[in-house]
Amino acid sequence: MKRRDFLKHAAVFVSGVSVSLSALELIDPKEVLAANPDLRWGFLVDTYKCVGCGFCVKGCKIENDIPLEANVTRTWVERYVMTKNGEVLMDSPRGAQDGYTSKLIDHGASGKKLASDKEIAQAFFVPKLCNQCSTPACVQVCPVGATYQTADGVVLVDRKWCIGCGYCIMGCPYGVRFFHPVEHVADKCTFCYHRISNGKTTACVQACAFGARQIGNLRDPNDPVAKVVMKQRVGVLRDEYGTKPNVYYIGLNEEVR
Amino acid sequence: MKKHVWRPLWVVVVLVVIILLARWVYVPADFGVQDRGYTFGYHRLGNEKEWQAQTPRYQGNNYCADCHEEQTARLAGGSHLDFPCENCHSAAGEHPTKPEKLAIDRSRALCLRCHVKLFMPSSGRNTIPGIDPERHNGTGDCVDCHNPHKPNLEEM
Repeated sequence: MKRRDFLKHAAVFVSGVSVSLSALELIDPKEVLAANPDLRWGFLVDTYKCVGCGFCVKGCKIENDIPLEANVTRTWVERYVMTKNGEVLMDSPRGAQDGYTSKLIDHGASGKKLASDKEIAQAFFVPKLCNQCSTPACVQVCPVGATYQTADGVVLVDRKWCIGCGYCIMGCPYGVRFFHPVEHVADKCTFCYHRISNGKTTACVQACAFGARQIGNLRDPNDPVAKVVMKQRVGVLRDEYGTKPNVYYIGLNEEVR
Repeated sequence: MKKHVWRPLWVVVVLVVIILLARWVYVPADFGVQDRGYTFGYHRLGNEKEWQAQTPRYQGNNYCADCHEEQTARLAGGSHLDFPCENCHSAAGEHPTKPEKLAIDRSRALCLRCHVKLFMPSSGRNTIPGIDPERHNGTGDCVDCHNPHKPNLEEM
């Protein structure tokens, strides 16, 4: 082979090989659509509007068969009281399923604390529920494929498949998962998947008389929730965990964990 | 190969076949990598349908208003106009068939969920009329004096 031919062939060979295989792969339209579906459920909580009545918690428990007498719940309401000298008091007795009817703040074993009206700088309620994260830690840790995320972004538990190992309960940075006392499997908020998939709103949204809770489609620019998330100042909980939560809060303070 | 090599090898082959067969029987056909990929979508697809098929209990105010026109009309002009009926009247389920009659919660505790006066600046709670439950009307039921459907104090 002549030197000139060798160089020619080598150049053709190298340029041919350097085209990466992925560039030649045909794009599957189904995969592209799945990465950007036109439905992505998101939730919006307005902490200014919440009055701490706890009807959402009670409604959720009845709708989803979580025993009222068991101290576990798919959604709960926390009370934050910040005093003028910088103290942060917080409680959520039984997830606030019976509302807040006392000024005493329940600190469990260390007793009850009272902040007098004069001492209080600000005080508000924060409803919590599953954040249906875009990269859910709880799903990644499941060893059997019992918990998963649907195409529209809701994290569910397959009750027939769950072995009850509890990894997901430990894995969730928000503590929204618990062990179902009757079903004996991991349980969590499903955004009322049976309701939102059939044109209804969630039980907690419906039970809220004050409009503190809203659910909507984050991919629809005309959706009231999506509009607020895009145009207003909203916050998410524990952003630093990188789970990309999809429950947005209006009026979130740094004291809220 | 020699006999003593084949013998344990056969045991392994048979075990693998048995495990694969058991897996084939036990794992449903729709179990596998779904829309969200291996990391987040590895599951039994049929379970999504199972969750969707759960029957709702709460039906919403419009469902109540369909039959109880008169009663819902009484709410007009009152501050409880948009209050969810089922919060007090209990979840409708398949009412009027199942349950035939709903259990109404008329308790003092139910009203107190919103109407205990708490000092909550920067919260909607501050704007709701409230009482001190230890000083107001003993332990008597609120509905003895107040009309829950039109609780305006002027019309008491």
